[in-house]
Amino acid sequence: MADEQKQTKLGSNPTRRDFLKLIWTGLGVLALAEAGGMAVAFSLPRIAEGEFGGVVTAGPVDDFPRNSVTPFNQGRFYLSRLEDGGFLALYRKCTHLGCAVPWEPTEGRFMCPCHASAFDAKGNVLNPPAPRAMDLFPVLIEDGIVKVDTGTVIQRDKFDPSQVVYP
Amino acid sequence: MADSNTASQPSTRFVSRVWRSIFRRPLVPRSDRERKLMVLDSLILHIHPSTVPEKTLQLSLTWGLGGMAAILMTILLVTGVMLMFAYTPSPAQAYNDILNLQTNVWFGQLVRNLHHWSGNAMLVVAFLHMLRVFFTGGFREPRQFNWIVGITLLLLTVGANFTGYLLPWDQLAYWAVTVGTGLVEYIPLVGKWIQTVILGGPEVGAATLLNFYGLHIALIPIAMLSLMSYHFWRIRKDGGVVIPRVPDEPGEQKVSRVTTIPHLVLRELVVALVLIAAILLFSMAVNAPLEELANPDVSPNPAKAPWYFLGIQELLLHFHPLVAALVIPTLTLGALILLPYFDADLDSVGVWFRSYKGRRMALEAAMIGLVGTPLLVLADEFVIDFVGWLPSLPTLVSNGLVPLAMVLLLLIGFYDWMKKRFAATNCETVQATFVLLLTAFIVLTIVGIWFRGPGMALMWPWDVSSAVVGH
Repeated sequence: MADEQKQTKLGSNPTRRDFLKLIWTGLGVLALAEAGGMAVAFSLPRIAEGEFGGVVTAGPVDDFPRNSVTPFNQGRFYLSRLEDGGFLALYRKCTHLGCAVPWEPTEGRFMCPCHASAFDAKGNVLNPPAPRAMDLFPVLIEDGIVKVDTGTVIQRDKFDPSQVVYP
Repeated sequence: MADSNTASQPSTRFVSRVWRSIFRRPLVPRSDRERKLMVLDSLILHIHPSTVPEKTLQLSLTWGLGGMAAILMTILLVTGVMLMFAYTPSPAQAYNDILNLQTNVWFGQLVRNLHHWSGNAMLVVAFLHMLRVFFTGGFREPRQFNWIVGITLLLLTVGANFTGYLLPWDQLAYWAVTVGTGLVEYIPLVGKWIQTVILGGPEVGAATLLNFYGLHIALIPIAMLSLMSYHFWRIRKDGGVVIPRVPDEPGEQKVSRVTTIPHLVLRELVVALVLIAAILLFSMAVNAPLEELANPDVSPNPAKAPWYFLGIQELLLHFHPLVAALVIPTLTLGALILLPYFDADLDSVGVWFRSYKGRRMALEAAMIGLVGTPLLVLADEFVIDFVGWLPSLPTLVSNGLVPLAMVLLLLIGFYDWMKKRFAATNCETVQATFVLLLTAFIVLTIVGIWFRGPGMALMWPWDVSSAVVGH
């Protein structure tokens, strides 16, 4: 009779022992998952306002002439003002492997020193191996002041007019 | 008491009582029985059995490589703890601390060199140890799981090296880690998130340095020490190291054994002393590299990952990043882990390269890899242009899946051709394919280290060094 009881699985007629075993196992797995989640949450990046990763104030709109590219080293971006007066904030990290891409004013293009990727002033790829256009940061224009939110990276395949922000 | 020995004063009796409370047996064993007991009684020595098969003592079986890895680990722990007393893991302090260590701290430069070169040597030694186990069939039943533990330890060694690479916070460290973690981004869906968590932000910065420091000084070493203990314990439980045999001869039925003391312990001591002397001499002669302070605004040209990742970085120049950084490494690792469960030819355990035929095939595969890999690199550099030939397809297909399929076809063709030509067993042919891939990997790494200059252009090593210095 004891054997019969042992063979009972939860489906048909659970014994108290089976039930408690299930509860204990479930709670154990839950506790482990919580500990794991805690460890992951603990290691998530912590970013402070004003630093890279926060909102950076670039300056008044009129400070940036049309057809210009202005580097912001602290903010890790280039503020590119297009011919039509619109703004793009281009993250300077190469989309290939993450090198810092310098702007070459004489050639009018971004040239990555690491693997020879090149981008135009809109961030479009002129030369691979970069797989996609330079990433963007959101541009906010408040009371004629240009601000860039370096906490949000916008990935894109290529330039699209909808990405441009106008004052 | 009724002690008849008049020379034994109460004070010396006390000392000898204390002595015997620590060491229960004489430190110099006089009989084989005492030698065996000494191994059994000792905390350290009892990782060994009290006797070992005489044939496993041949240097040409193990080359002492596993032991060397353990010695290097010990050097790394000692010098690593010393360095911790001289180092602050913050971008403002780290580089200055290294400069100060090298100029103002007694033996600071030497300790840093020892740590640096031991870390690099451990990577090489652990890799060679893996090759030794592979080529002597040491991964077969019952040692399959210890092979997997060993691969995990090798990966942890790479992790320890990579996290340590960042700590000097110079240009070399900063950009090698930028490029190295740049590879992670290509993992589909979760890559970007994993990269951000590892870096502690979108780019290498203060959070990255702290993350890498914690991993380097605590998490990875603790994981390694635990796994190493398990690895050693498993060797004993799996019956010790394989017993070497000559091809085509059956293993001896009766294994002659000798006592671990002095036969094995003495040999280990010699390996340890030679290794320590070599590392010490090398560290006295060659300084660990230190470039200028890390500057996130200026990438050097070329920006290379640490040397052990340059094989993968070389693949990146030929394949779509997803294939180069993820598909190929995952396939390779998966094959290595599954190997012992599919390649179960027990007859060749302990025979170098499986058999005489296996040796000829391995040699030929190495030759083909040695000639073929540079030819493929050159062909891809100057002739092959899948992206240009197949402009309508996405680059993942044209520059990723198409060349990957071609490489796999080449490998299958090679396997079939070798197996038929030599009338070989699967096991011998798998080994030949492994040798081909191994040679290709080593050639790619060499190309990445010495034949890639500014803009990752192919050039001769002397041109690379002059271009980099000129830059």
